[in-house]
Amino acid sequence: MDNTINITLKVWRQRGPKEPGKFETYELKNISTESSFLEMLDVLNEQLVQKHEEPVVFDHDCREGICGMCSLYINGQPHGKDAAVTTCQLHMRRFNDGDTITIEPWRSAGFPIIRDLMVDRTAFDKIMQAGGYVSVNTGGIPDANAIAIAKPIADEAMDAASCIGCGACVAACKNGSAMLFVSAKVSQLALLPQGKVEAAKRVKAMIAKMDELGFGNCTNTGACEAECPKSVSISNIARLNREYLCAKFKD
Amino acid sequence: MATIDSKIPKGPLAQKWTNYKNHQKLVNPANKRKLDIIVVGTGLAGASAAASLGALGFNVLNFCIQDSPRRAHSIAAQGGINAAKNYQNDGDSVYRLFYDTIKGGDYRAREANVYRLAEVSNSIIDQCVAQGVPFAREYGGLLDNRSFGGAQVSRTFYAKGQTGQQLLLGAYSALSRQVNKGTVKLYTRYEMLDVVIIDGRARGIIARNLVTGEIERFGAHAVVIGTGGYGNTYFLSTNAMGSNGSAAMQIYRKGAYFANPCYAQIHPTCIPVHGDIQSKLTLMSESLRNDGRIWVPKKKEDAEKLQRGQIKATDIPDEDRDFYLERRYPAFGNLVPRDVASRAAKERCDNGYGVNSTGLAVFLDFKYAIDRLGKDVVAARYGNLFQMYEKITDQNPYEVPMQIFPAIHYTMGGIWVDYELMTSIPGLFAIGEANFSDHGANRLGASALMQGLADGYFVLPYTIQNYLADQIQVPRISTDSAEFADAEKGVKDKIAKLMSIKGERSVDSIHKELGHVMWEYVGMGRTKEGLQIAMKKIKEIKKEFWTNVFIPGEANSLNTELEKALRLADFLEIGYLMAIDGFNRNESCGGHFREEFQTPEGEALRQDEEYSYVACWKYTGEDSDPELLKEPLDYEETERKTRNYKN
Amino acid sequence: MWLTNSSVGRKLVMSISGIFLVLFLTFHMSMNLVAIISADAYNAVCGFLGSNWYAVAGTAVLVAGVLVHFVMAAVLTAQNKNARPVKYEVSSKTDVEWSSKNMFVLGLVIIGILCFHLIHFWAKMMLPELIGSEDMIKETAAIVAQSGLECKEVEATQNGAALIRFTFSQWWVCLIYLAWLCALWFHLTHGIWSALHTVGMNNKVWMSRIKCISMIFATIICLGFAAVVVFGYCSNL
Repeated sequence: MDNTINITLKVWRQRGPKEPGKFETYELKNISTESSFLEMLDVLNEQLVQKHEEPVVFDHDCREGICGMCSLYINGQPHGKDAAVTTCQLHMRRFNDGDTITIEPWRSAGFPIIRDLMVDRTAFDKIMQAGGYVSVNTGGIPDANAIAIAKPIADEAMDAASCIGCGACVAACKNGSAMLFVSAKVSQLALLPQGKVEAAKRVKAMIAKMDELGFGNCTNTGACEAECPKSVSISNIARLNREYLCAKFKD
Repeated sequence: MATIDSKIPKGPLAQKWTNYKNHQKLVNPANKRKLDIIVVGTGLAGASAAASLGALGFNVLNFCIQDSPRRAHSIAAQGGINAAKNYQNDGDSVYRLFYDTIKGGDYRAREANVYRLAEVSNSIIDQCVAQGVPFAREYGGLLDNRSFGGAQVSRTFYAKGQTGQQLLLGAYSALSRQVNKGTVKLYTRYEMLDVVIIDGRARGIIARNLVTGEIERFGAHAVVIGTGGYGNTYFLSTNAMGSNGSAAMQIYRKGAYFANPCYAQIHPTCIPVHGDIQSKLTLMSESLRNDGRIWVPKKKEDAEKLQRGQIKATDIPDEDRDFYLERRYPAFGNLVPRDVASRAAKERCDNGYGVNSTGLAVFLDFKYAIDRLGKDVVAARYGNLFQMYEKITDQNPYEVPMQIFPAIHYTMGGIWVDYELMTSIPGLFAIGEANFSDHGANRLGASALMQGLADGYFVLPYTIQNYLADQIQVPRISTDSAEFADAEKGVKDKIAKLMSIKGERSVDSIHKELGHVMWEYVGMGRTKEGLQIAMKKIKEIKKEFWTNVFIPGEANSLNTELEKALRLADFLEIGYLMAIDGFNRNESCGGHFREEFQTPEGEALRQDEEYSYVACWKYTGEDSDPELLKEPLDYEETERKTRNYKN
Repeated sequence: MWLTNSSVGRKLVMSISGIFLVLFLTFHMSMNLVAIISADAYNAVCGFLGSNWYAVAGTAVLVAGVLVHFVMAAVLTAQNKNARPVKYEVSSKTDVEWSSKNMFVLGLVIIGILCFHLIHFWAKMMLPELIGSEDMIKETAAIVAQSGLECKEVEATQNGAALIRFTFSQWWVCLIYLAWLCALWFHLTHGIWSALHTVGMNNKVWMSRIKCISMIFATIICLGFAAVVVFGYCSNL
């Protein structure tokens, strides 16, 4: 009863960051259209292991679209052609029998390749470590309801905070810019009174770190928002710019 | 026989934690920076502990297998986090939260621990708000609450359907701050492979750099395990692909007791299995049961036609639908607790009333809610969940009923810890889902996040000092000792052995086989005979694994198959442990349902006289069964009752 | 200097210089429209600007603006290329505004044809006066004479109306100018809202409004310029 399709995969294989890579072509038969994209890759890997070959390495973990671990640039789009999903939520019913699917790793100077389709995204952690927090220690905190926050503000902060740090914004951007990622965290914390106190310091530190790590300059193409699995808005980038410029002009 | 000392402080229940804190030993600031602490895991428990310990001034080494601390599977929790704030003025209190948790756990949790959990729950909310966690708010600007299963008050705080994500990102931001300050050093894409014990104390770990394959040694004055649960023993679960029980197994083999391994929670509303190549199960929020009605056909022939795809759900008239939860539990209806709802679904499907091609699904129908409330109201409440369901199944829940089936979700069992969260090995602590402590035999919704953060932010940072206060004279642990060398050799030998098998089967194919056995015999309904079969079969699968697995690639390089093989080797042990514990526990309670022990109505029947204890399993060797030690559970404050959801 | 060292700073420079150029275009377009209404009035404006100190200073600022905008664009483009050292095999299928992906190329087209434009007008008007070249003034006078409009030789460099009439008498020049305006339109539709976005003047509510305003403004500017081209061509018929 399940529909199945036959597909051809063109997969980027690369042993290590410094080694040359190339595309390998694999034929897959009878893939259930009910399965997810990553389950299809599981099938490929199972076949490779059966042939005593090394499986294709790709990052994945929760497989429900929230951990941000899965990546993959599929036929010219990060996370594939479905809108507002991660690769693990993309299903094979979105493909047709006989399709050739090209799978590439995120390409960015900030995300060096580890192997095959797995890239190193610690740059995002470094940006967060530069200032993506509110400086509070554990304990000694006033009651949670001591400060009222207007619902629209809290909701907007939540929308910004829904970023999963997958890096699709960088992968989609023709400039390899990380502005959407950075702006989501800056916005969330700049909107809330808890984060406002050190907002100026935070935005300067995070931008400086982002620039240092080799990401490109934002030119407002909006590709990041279009490919973001959580549809984080580029209006956050406007807020980031505002926060940054105000902070710099105050200096 | 070893005795179990849970170190519960003296005094009245409500005073125990305060008394403990007043009298415990502390470490002064100058000494803190001389002490190293290893924290394994960066989920809610691990990240909050590492951040808090770093903030106190300890020198923390924090490990995770993912590329970033933010990926830990705590991130996937949807519903919310409980706290006894009583913001809704509906009569909540620390005592009520404590009582609901004890009762929800079917009277198999330690009173003192649960009371402490309820006590610190309020501080968690304060802490998270201060970190900038965007909890849902009311128009007046104050925090909103929702109600959750197993409670009569609204005490659950939430951030859309992404509460776990927001709480984890809060802890991650606190952790990032400490990394920036230099108090925490992160080791991402590192997997712990053994704990190092020197003179009876935990003094470090052996870990594998997952990128280079290198085996490295790390020394510390104390080791904390916050590595989550072992639900992936079943292969298919709602856990992440990388979630594993290996750290727990490593310390178990070094002498830490494993407590109540058979308590596994099965969540009733997951998307059913679609086929053999399925890799994981997706949870649909429990909140759907507030307005959805669960049913299967009354007539078996209708069910068979559904299974063959000859008719659709909408072809079956109302009078031929069996709303079995409403029929069996008139008072709670579709809102019975997770374990009850799960077993009822299994009962219907076992009798041939399943509604999809595999016969393993029931309907969750929103037609009635749409008729009653209108599509807009239903969309406002569940729109994002419906969208997620449609993405996965390609079916529109506004038009056809959802199909759901239970799946393994959480493990209440885990490493035994005392009141200080220390395992039976001095200097080795376990926090969050990795330990067994607070949920008894069944966990209530929105309590896992609470426990993980309670342990990490507010319990461990105190209790670990009581241990470390004696350690200030101990210099930095050198990793050149014989104990480190031995542990490293053990790890390397094990890897070499695995790599040399060069058999015919992939790791996943064996893991799936284990999963089938676990689900069949150690799943929702267990029997004495079934558990015996399970133990026998698991031994066979273990043999198959150690003689016929094939791992491509090299050991000293990135090797995802080797990672999976190392984890599966431990899942095989855990599976056996679960079966033997289930076999030993001749009663039904919470997440452990033995079919021999049920009321005439099919409800769980506890045997309080005989089994009111924590089953602690002690490792005795590779080929011998573990030894059972018992920690009796004394109930001073609460009266044990049979859970009743009928009236 | 954070204006050149930080990504947001560099973008601010692009934004401010861009907004300045948009304002100039608005002024230039308004001035051109005068030519349609009255040749004399237009020449009076040309005469008023001439090679007076304020016009020269204005021109210098303008040149600086164009240079800053162009040089910074070149720097940004180079940096952005470096941010993705290995290109994708499959080109992007992400649905975004075409102009936003091609701002630098559009800019090159605009600057290229700008030189062409300067030869037609600036080199015939302000430049001869500035360097006081009799030969060049004579050359301009000859062109003005060809246009058929009466004019004294000394006032030739201020007879913009005549130059318009002469320049656009050739159909292929008109086509190049119209193509130039098309490129400008694409550049402005993205550039105007993007400049406002970069200085932080945007949010969720205003996003669609600003994009709409940007589109209307770019259209007005380009239509205004195009009108003069068409007028110039028609006045020769």
